[in-house]
Amino acid sequence: MAIKKLGKQTVKLENPPSIISYYSIVGPKEGKGPLKDYFDLILEDDLWGQESWEKAESKMQEECIKAAIDKAGLSSQDIDYLIAGDLLNQIIATAYSARQLAIPYYGLYGACSTMTESLSLGAMLVDGGFADKVACAVSSHFSTAERQFRYPLEYGNQRKMSAQWTVTGAGATILSSYGSGPYVKCITTGKIIDPGITDVANMGGAMAPAAVDTLVTHFQDTGLDPSYYDLIISGDLGYVGKSIVLDLMKEKGYDLTKNYTDCGVEIFDKSEQDTHAGGSGCACSATVYNSYVFKEMAKGKLNKVLIMSTGALHSTLSTQQGESIPGIAHAVAVENTIE
Amino acid sequence: MEYIKAFVVGGLICVIGQILLDHTKLTPAHILVSFLTTGVILGAIGVYKPLVDFAGAGATIPITGFGNSLAQGAIEGARTKGLIGAFTGGIEATGAGIAAIILFGYIIAIIFDPKTKD
Amino acid sequence: MDKLNKREYKEYAEKKMPKPPYVKNMIMAFIVGGIFCTIGQIILNLMKNNGLDEKMAAAGTAISMVLIGGLLTGLGVYDKIAKIGGAGAAVPITGFANSIVSPAMEFKREGFIFGVASKMFIIAGPVLVYGIGSSIIVGLISLLLR
Repeated sequence: MAIKKLGKQTVKLENPPSIISYYSIVGPKEGKGPLKDYFDLILEDDLWGQESWEKAESKMQEECIKAAIDKAGLSSQDIDYLIAGDLLNQIIATAYSARQLAIPYYGLYGACSTMTESLSLGAMLVDGGFADKVACAVSSHFSTAERQFRYPLEYGNQRKMSAQWTVTGAGATILSSYGSGPYVKCITTGKIIDPGITDVANMGGAMAPAAVDTLVTHFQDTGLDPSYYDLIISGDLGYVGKSIVLDLMKEKGYDLTKNYTDCGVEIFDKSEQDTHAGGSGCACSATVYNSYVFKEMAKGKLNKVLIMSTGALHSTLSTQQGESIPGIAHAVAVENTIE
Repeated sequence: MEYIKAFVVGGLICVIGQILLDHTKLTPAHILVSFLTTGVILGAIGVYKPLVDFAGAGATIPITGFGNSLAQGAIEGARTKGLIGAFTGGIEATGAGIAAIILFGYIIAIIFDPKTKD
Repeated sequence: MDKLNKREYKEYAEKKMPKPPYVKNMIMAFIVGGIFCTIGQIILNLMKNNGLDEKMAAAGTAISMVLIGGLLTGLGVYDKIAKIGGAGAAVPITGFANSIVSPAMEFKREGFIFGVASKMFIIAGPVLVYGIGSSIIVGLISLLLR
């Protein structure tokens, strides 16, 4: 019997796991953005002493997980599971980071939705009594994503105005069965929603309907109103996706204008940093949750937050074959108090 | 005057490319291929040559000019050497540029490393 | 989402996409493209003044322009020119050089055969295939029409 199930797609955790530690590493560009004071480590150069950007991405993720474990006063032996992923083919950056850490490992591919996917599964493992401590982490890197999904860096291509900028960074969260919060209260797992967008320059448009579907389902399943949360923050819909979410939610009778934003909108200064439609990538949401959101929660400025990473689950091949982009969004409710 | 003609005609050919980039889903790679093929066709029907006579480098430097040279070379080859010439003419006429970029491209790629964007 | 909704949504989502600055882009493409062509004209004249015939001068100009495009790519400048100039940087033969040098540099770590040498042609390959292929067809047709 699924006694913790609430409605169609939501689970309510019986013993809400506590977020006992979190850490964020970002690249130099993100470190000049509006959230620069919240990040734990800002790299001076995005190669970080490595010989390839792929290696630099692995190192970022590995160091980020280590730092989060360290910050909790633990060692890697204390962690029962590592649940992590990235954007590269075969999530190779994560495989190399997990190789160094020697923690039992589940690899995830949820594109840019991976952070809340890993938090969801990690929280369920802890609440289910299968683990006491779980590390959830992701990474992404502008230069590795660019060459895999788009063009060589030195290629003369004018970026579209709706294009988004892959965040260079890594974020890690440690969940524990004991702790003083914030707690993971509810999880709404998203379905794939494919609105038929084939244009990879319009990721926000491709993912927004999935975000709307998950949000509406979350409110229906829990019976909550959007105003219950101090902040509802999606992963990397950017300016285009954010505006679509506001429109579509209004159509469905939910007013999000007061407490909703998107990590992709917040992480860069659009006018100063020339990032067009905002940030994207696994690390876009991960670095914002693991810096700004959780730090503001620690200060008590935010108490109830719904975080929802969004993913575009296409591949370079599916795009070339003219297939549409499947979108997904997973929502995780994080609150400072248990009841 | 020569320079002004080259600037204006070359600039205008690029503007056509920009309009296509901004109003369609074509990428710069699509533009390169379609402009080149257009150049071959315009060269074959004899429309491009007057433009080259008028604008000089303004017509030969854009990739359409490369297409024109290919077409002119193939026609010339066919005229002087027959069937085999139809095959060799295009590459003969444009061989300098292709050979140069293969060698230079390789050497430059070995010497330099790509830089990240900011 | 049903079919009709999908089509409506697609139109709606496209409208939400910010538009490029059309006029500014056209002006910049004109200027940047014009400058590349003028440089080409200067080189062409230099070659002619040094006694090269028409064909040799054209070949020399092509060699020089791809070298310029390649070097600007290697130095990390060409992508910045293209960001401003758009098609003004893509359409001249220097843009063709950029399309060859940029992937070759980028994939150096994947080795000298499957990296540099093979990736050199990811964008230039199609250009050569369609260009040379269509030129042969043109040559054959000209034979038939004779």
